[in-house]
Amino acid sequence: MTNEPTLQATQEQVLYANILEKGMLIGLVMMFVTFALYVFGIMTPAVPLDKVASMWGQPVHEYLVAVNENFLHGDHLITGWAWMPLLGKGDFLNFLPIAILSGVTIVCYSVIAPGLFKRGDKAMGIMAVAEVVILALAASGLLAVGH
Amino acid sequence: MFEEMKGRAWGGLMSLMLTIMLCPAMVWASEATAESPVPISASGDWWHWPLILLVVTFFMGIVAVLGGVGGGVLFVPIISGFFPFHLDFVRGTGLLVALCGALAAGPGLLKANLASLRLALPVALIASTMAIVGAMVGLALPTHIVQLSLGGTILGIVAIMLTAKKSAVPDVPHADALSSALRICGIYHDQATNQTINWKIHRTIPGLLTFIIIGFMAGMFGLGAGWANVPVLNLMMGAPLKISVATSKFLLSITDTSAAWIYLNKGCVIPMMVVPSLIGIMLGSFVGVRLLKIAKPTFIRWMVIAILLFAGVKAVTKGLSSMGIM
Repeated sequence: MTNEPTLQATQEQVLYANILEKGMLIGLVMMFVTFALYVFGIMTPAVPLDKVASMWGQPVHEYLVAVNENFLHGDHLITGWAWMPLLGKGDFLNFLPIAILSGVTIVCYSVIAPGLFKRGDKAMGIMAVAEVVILALAASGLLAVGH
Repeated sequence: MFEEMKGRAWGGLMSLMLTIMLCPAMVWASEATAESPVPISASGDWWHWPLILLVVTFFMGIVAVLGGVGGGVLFVPIISGFFPFHLDFVRGTGLLVALCGALAAGPGLLKANLASLRLALPVALIASTMAIVGAMVGLALPTHIVQLSLGGTILGIVAIMLTAKKSAVPDVPHADALSSALRICGIYHDQATNQTINWKIHRTIPGLLTFIIIGFMAGMFGLGAGWANVPVLNLMMGAPLKISVATSKFLLSITDTSAAWIYLNKGCVIPMMVVPSLIGIMLGSFVGVRLLKIAKPTFIRWMVIAILLFAGVKAVTKGLSSMGIM
């Protein structure tokens, strides 16, 4: 365990930065690609492009109901991870890079936590694990509430 | 002569940006669309709004860089005030705009040892937990209440921008017990002054408690939180300004992640809004960095304050009119 700070970033800080950088680049590149597939009509969207504009002024619940009733005809609204089976649709494919960008921090914390414990940095290690739990809980969809 | 012409050109450019961002036509469009239920109908000109969003966020990206503020704090009040998108989607997009900016800047700041992971870890744990709570509360409350609170918050941010001081290297006589136990300290080399600065922090517990409020507001309004992170890290906890700014930017990648998941899981993400906004802000930021050399910081700062003031008042009046008060 290194007690004295130095001018150089710590080992776990560099490790965190490297994973964050890779995740960010993958997410951003994928976002541009999937959006191009969607907007240029290469992949057919679930909600036609010319109909989106008539719905984005409504509250999210009404928007989801309108999408479901008019286009998807499913048993449930598209909340949580329900977009996963719809990845074949141009619009829902765009959720994948957004999920990658939102998820890369969980990976970063998961990777640095064991190293923190190994170096005897228990307090920081516990905080890293707690952060993974908090972010995983947020990502799980269990906390989504309605209006 | 040349200086005068350059000054006039600069003033003209800034006025154009201000006009584009706060175009009155958007005010009318916003109110007409937001207040009447919209049937599901096909529209041949559906691409107008994403295109306008791209242009406006491009100028927003320039102003954000020149004004030293995050994209989220400009995005949410302006887009919710002057565009036809519902506040639920604007907040979700605002968080993703702030998140992507933080993700892009984070790795470089961490590697340069300007953003401190040790300082960020406890702060992020509190802020991200509260951002989840804020997002859940924000999505459960009626829109007009959130709109009104957003307006009040934006006006509060204006007050902070007008009054908050900054300290390059605050005087921290002794690190407190908690920050010593967690070894939250560091060294960095300031190239501007050619000094190596040994930093430590104090008032850790009050600082961490403040992040309960900051995290909550970041999640509730989708604003990002750099406007609050920096003063607390710098003035309250005593971190040097450069460490505070860099750690704040990195912190957003964690705080906004937690809230973004809540908005994503609730369905508050429309790719047709998110992607043009991200492209616009990113391109604007690139141009803004280049304009930084010739920009007049005082003028830009006042322009940002004026934009936020106008957007804040607009959010308050929109909230009040939804409640039938105005």
